[in-house]
Amino acid sequence: MNDAVAPLAPREHYLNVNYGVRSWLLTTDHKRIALLYLVSVTFFFFLGGAFAVLFRLELLTPQGDLVQAETYNKLFSMHGIIMVWFFLVPVIPNVLGNFLVPMMIGARDLAFPRLNLASWYLFNLGGLFLLYAVLNGGVDTGWTFYTPYSSLFSNTSVVITVLGIFISGFASILTGLNFIVTTHTMRAPGMTWFRLPLFIWSHYATSLILILATPVLAIVLLLVLAERVLRIGIFDPALGGDPLLFQHLFWFYSHPAVYIMVLPAMGVVSELIATFSRKRIFGYSFVAFASVAIAVFGFLVWGHHMFVTGQSVYGSMVFSFLSYAVAVPSAIKVFNWTATLYKGSIAYDTPMLYALGFIGLFTIGGLTGLFLAALGLDIHVTDTYFVIAHFHYIMVGGTVMAYLGGIHYWWPKISGRMYPEGWAKLGALIVFVGFNLTFFPQFILGYLGMPRRYYAYPEEFQILNVMSSAGASILGVGYILPMVYLIWSMRYGPKAEANPWPATGLEWRTSSPPPTENFTQTPIVTWEAYEFVPREEPEVVGKLTPADQPT
Amino acid sequence: MPGFSLFPEQASTVAGRVDALYAFLLIVSTVMTLLIAGLIVYFIIKYRRRADDELGVPVTGALTLELLWTVIPFVIMMVMFVWGASLYFTLSRPPQDALEIQVVGKQWMWKFQHMDGQREINELHVPVGRAVKLTLASQDVIHSFFVPAFRVKSDVVPGRYSTVWFEATKPGTYHLFCAEYCGTQHSGMIGQVIVMEPTQYQAWLSGSVAEGSLAAAGQQLFQDLGCHTCHRGDTPGRGPVLDGLLGRTVQLQNGQTVTADENYIRESILNPSAKLVAGFQPLMPTFQGLVSEEQVLQLIAYIKSLGTEQARAKDEKP
Repeated sequence: MNDAVAPLAPREHYLNVNYGVRSWLLTTDHKRIALLYLVSVTFFFFLGGAFAVLFRLELLTPQGDLVQAETYNKLFSMHGIIMVWFFLVPVIPNVLGNFLVPMMIGARDLAFPRLNLASWYLFNLGGLFLLYAVLNGGVDTGWTFYTPYSSLFSNTSVVITVLGIFISGFASILTGLNFIVTTHTMRAPGMTWFRLPLFIWSHYATSLILILATPVLAIVLLLVLAERVLRIGIFDPALGGDPLLFQHLFWFYSHPAVYIMVLPAMGVVSELIATFSRKRIFGYSFVAFASVAIAVFGFLVWGHHMFVTGQSVYGSMVFSFLSYAVAVPSAIKVFNWTATLYKGSIAYDTPMLYALGFIGLFTIGGLTGLFLAALGLDIHVTDTYFVIAHFHYIMVGGTVMAYLGGIHYWWPKISGRMYPEGWAKLGALIVFVGFNLTFFPQFILGYLGMPRRYYAYPEEFQILNVMSSAGASILGVGYILPMVYLIWSMRYGPKAEANPWPATGLEWRTSSPPPTENFTQTPIVTWEAYEFVPREEPEVVGKLTPADQPT
Repeated sequence: MPGFSLFPEQASTVAGRVDALYAFLLIVSTVMTLLIAGLIVYFIIKYRRRADDELGVPVTGALTLELLWTVIPFVIMMVMFVWGASLYFTLSRPPQDALEIQVVGKQWMWKFQHMDGQREINELHVPVGRAVKLTLASQDVIHSFFVPAFRVKSDVVPGRYSTVWFEATKPGTYHLFCAEYCGTQHSGMIGQVIVMEPTQYQAWLSGSVAEGSLAAAGQQLFQDLGCHTCHRGDTPGRGPVLDGLLGRTVQLQNGQTVTADENYIRESILNPSAKLVAGFQPLMPTFQGLVSEEQVLQLIAYIKSLGTEQARAKDEKP
């Protein structure tokens, strides 16, 4: 009977359940909200990228010639602000996390679906403030808003930009809250904490940071506004304030924010490595607890951004020591991913290429962080291009690579279509080459002494800057390519099976794309995470034994 | 178009030490990167999927390995920590006999005052082979004094003094950069440090126009601003005696004590009631806005010329 009916009526899923703008703008389906976020962050990514293209063009020559100094300063400031708050912080949690957290734990949706939609609206409201600031002439404070420059000296749209970031911060807080409550209360029967995919562990750790650190950012931004608008002396010594107070508060948020950006990426990479090695992640519990350790220790290292500000020598020593301590869990993860490959069954699909690229680039990014944590060496390299290269290796080489790997990996689930593998492999190669050509020369530039945020520079730095700019243009092609073929595949890609790789997570045990309620029956989990066993059809409903009871 | 090198020139006593730590980190990082990359390449080739339904061999963990790759990196990192910290300690402790020069950063220039009164803008002349200690002040926003060839850098934060010291080892001309973003012409806030042989330096000192020593300029200001009416020579007036103040421990009204350093004197000029000396009334008006950062530095040079605690102790011994 079923055979006769099925081909005529297409199966109902979250994408075709209803149509029209209203059905999207008022949706509370976490999967649709994930797609709404996908559209928003993709827009901001290319906007932030366009600013980078312009300032890399300016830096082709030592003299300032393409744009004015003011324009250059606005370009790098807007690039940083957009990429940090409107792309890197939300990208993985709000796109992949939104889509996958409920599916991976066997839930119908997040705990607070309406808050989830509210978070998207807040994010975009913040984004509109930011776009208004861009059209209004932009802002020139750098993404770091150091006082008293930002509070009393800059003549640009600081107030509007700061309000935009302030508002979008609430989107982060709501998302973090939602993930924590969902992970605690909505796990399917048998889905114990130690059966959770590592993606969930890393998102849980990220959520802790989101709700604990983001309010501090909100406070410090409001204080900047209080000084700028009301002339209340908080940061400017001429008004009785302390400029370093700003830096302490700002980095108390912004250092943990680095982990907001990279922990979800680590979660993605754990999934990819396991699936494409067909093996459980080596040292599952070490990798899981490393995420939590990073989230906790990440709050105690903010002072390493301030080694040359004249803070106490002994304070600096403590921050240096703790910075080395926080590097250990990151190293543990890298070793465990590498060890997972041992005796695996390794396939070279595009997501795996991105994951392997992530490990390499994240390793370089992490190791160069050790240079910056070394007190006597940091004096020389801080505020130079060495720092720029270091954090781009973590955030672009790390987070963006993992995000692209994740988008490809879950694309069949999200869209119900396969992406074109050949083009995707080419794209991954272009991104890897372009990335290294852009940022590796910047390590050398930094050690040679080229300060960051320089509009014009001495001639001897030109060759390395030309290399970097050339790499940036390659990188740009590498980013546009996936956008083109992924959109193409939504219509022309071959239809995806429920579990094309195959992988073990619950999200793969339902159809592609999934129905609105994710699973047709509540999953009952009786297997461990990443339990690869030869099986025709993965089970959704196991039979619970006492050993499967939640711990 | 000039070519490029991988390392900047070494022109100070600490440059070699910073480069040695850098080299150590480079070696460790290169070995680690090659190890990880090598293992990845080896594993993905050796264990590539040969059949569609092939599964990985379940190897799920090994406690010894986990402990090894936790402890070994930690130990290596502790070497980096101690090495870096000891260097930092050296860099934050200027030698006692250093030649002192005062620096004021402002949007967008560097102004230097030598003790003998020579002033320069965006150019700093120093002798080779002699430790130089800079006292840095900012008139507006945060700047950062950075000389790559010396491997030294210090933020210049408004409202407080910072110091940086170096001992140049090679005559020559070196880049001076502002390393903390300070507004539109940030990348134009650059200059040169010109290191000279001692004899040439002496010639430069006597050749450039000096407007009297900094202490003398400070003394003049001390008169002009009327400071001397309350801060008298040897007998306490309405304000405390300033002779031998620098380096002395001062008892405050609120029961605390402070060591009178440059930052304390600066604060007491600009915000006199912040740390009131025991036994005095809060009568002194603020000089915030009435004196520039350079003039505050001149006043401090004058007060310093009235003797320091060490000098006084030395005088009293025989």
